[in-house]
Amino acid sequence: MKIAARLLDWVDARFPLTTVWREHLAEYYAPKNFNFWYYFGSLAMLVLVIQIVTGIFLTMNYKPDARFAFASVEYIMRDVDYGWLIRYMHSTGASMFFVVVYLHMMRGLLYGSYQKPRELIWYLGMAIYLCLMAEAFFGYLLPWGQMSYWGAQVIVSLVDAISPPLALWIRGDYVIADATLNRFFAFHVIALPLVLLVLVFLHIVALHQVGSNNPDGIEIKEKKDPQTGIPLDGIPFHPYYTVKDIMGVVGFLIVYFGIIFFMPEMGGYFLEENNFIPADPLKTPPHIAPVWYFTPFYAILRAIPQKQLGVAAMGLAVVIFFLLPWLDRGLVKSIRYRGTIYKTALGLFVAAFLVLGYMGTQDPSLWYVNPVSRVCAVVYFGFFLLMPFYSRLDKTKPVPERVTG
Amino acid sequence: MSDVQSDPGRRKFLVGATVAVGVAGVAAVGTPFVLSMFPSARAKAAGAPVEVNISKVEPGMMITQEWRGQPVWVVNRTPEMLAQLAKNADLLRDPESEDSSQPDYCKNINRATEKHPNLLVVVGICTHLGCSPVDKMKAGDSGGMGSDWPGGFFCPCHGSKYDLSGRVFKSMPAPLNLRIPPYTFITDARLLIGDDKKGA
Repeated sequence: MKIAARLLDWVDARFPLTTVWREHLAEYYAPKNFNFWYYFGSLAMLVLVIQIVTGIFLTMNYKPDARFAFASVEYIMRDVDYGWLIRYMHSTGASMFFVVVYLHMMRGLLYGSYQKPRELIWYLGMAIYLCLMAEAFFGYLLPWGQMSYWGAQVIVSLVDAISPPLALWIRGDYVIADATLNRFFAFHVIALPLVLLVLVFLHIVALHQVGSNNPDGIEIKEKKDPQTGIPLDGIPFHPYYTVKDIMGVVGFLIVYFGIIFFMPEMGGYFLEENNFIPADPLKTPPHIAPVWYFTPFYAILRAIPQKQLGVAAMGLAVVIFFLLPWLDRGLVKSIRYRGTIYKTALGLFVAAFLVLGYMGTQDPSLWYVNPVSRVCAVVYFGFFLLMPFYSRLDKTKPVPERVTG
Repeated sequence: MSDVQSDPGRRKFLVGATVAVGVAGVAAVGTPFVLSMFPSARAKAAGAPVEVNISKVEPGMMITQEWRGQPVWVVNRTPEMLAQLAKNADLLRDPESEDSSQPDYCKNINRATEKHPNLLVVVGICTHLGCSPVDKMKAGDSGGMGSDWPGGFFCPCHGSKYDLSGRVFKSMPAPLNLRIPPYTFITDARLLIGDDKKGA
């Protein structure tokens, strides 16, 4: 033990190891009333690690070449020992990343975690979300199946609607081609993971600067023990929340591996059927839709019968989340103390988001798809654009002094 | 050093100059990286014209030829199909192809050359978001397009419909008619796609 202590001293003299441990874990005081919704931040980090590790191993056998890409994925699935497991972990991980991130964002909406003083955490989180969408989009081209090809074709055409030279620059060819696949591979395995890691680091630095919000939306730093200076409603992150988060990890892994082992394609939602057909630049599959995590935005795009407006609305639907800290003029943070107006608005928004997500997977020639999408798009944008008015009108309840367990 | 009078103006100038040179340097070194992402010389060269034998394309049939990685359709329309084109005008967004892209010799109702009005040569890429529409050339309900369908093409991605000249119908997501590439007939049976200069 003495050697270990001396080694630690040696390191501490050269690197702030013990200080970092104390400031960010052992003596980082988090509100004691975290609930279920607070699992998803740490789970998102777990999925990030899973994606990086499985991604490294996939790269060992994958070939980013239009002639070999599809076959190399099939080779991984059939001939590489446990290749199927690593590939399914990666493909399921991509969808689970979005499940976890959407729930994490929902938590922010429920408890007003984007409000002052956490605006910057929210912006960094939104940057992570955008980065994640790009990462998922680039990664989806790599298997070079029909959905890979035509999905990329549609998304790059969105850019083409705004600036054709920019689309040419992104593709590196006049159509989606080998050059596109090769560069998307570079973005997917090097560029965006690095950006993602930096953003996650900054997200946590910003979080630890102001401290976590909680289901009551009360600043625990305002009520400190006069002797110790420790927030009265705070508990050390380690061991309390490390243990709690491990519980979350166990629950998550049960679901995650349940999907991997029993329904890795998730009925065509995680891995689309058309993507088991090699890319054919001359033939579009009869029905194309993006993977489920993009479908709410895709439904908005389709619902608007004018190309540039549709693209603009889709883009706005994503970036409008950035404006939340500014749009929300409510006096309380948590849903617990908000009034009926905000609760109704949030309920309608969540319903609209889910319905849009469903509509985005459906064939647009069905009579109800575009009309329903239009109604939901109005609700979606209404939630944000009317927020400065209804959040101010809302009749809030008094917020308690201390957290309520 | 402490007895040297500091000169804030001079310091500000030096900081500004250093930043300016630094930005110029980053821009200079960034330019080749950005430009490296445009199509390479090989990709540009692959845009060469392609020749296709059309002697076996019977009236009412079509073939697909790859040109620049895109599907180009050659459609041999029957006299009935051509007769229908003039009747479509009211249903179309751009019946005269004023806003759409085609060589001047194809800017007519048939969107074809004078000598071969029956042959439609068109890039089979929807002008909405780049999917490839499917063949619904038969008029009427047989393709599930409704009984008043005049015949044409249907984009499965977002439901855009085109007539047999590749002209888009009204209130469709696609803004323009299908693009017609430059082409020329070397003989009646040999079509050159991608170039319209004789002897090329």
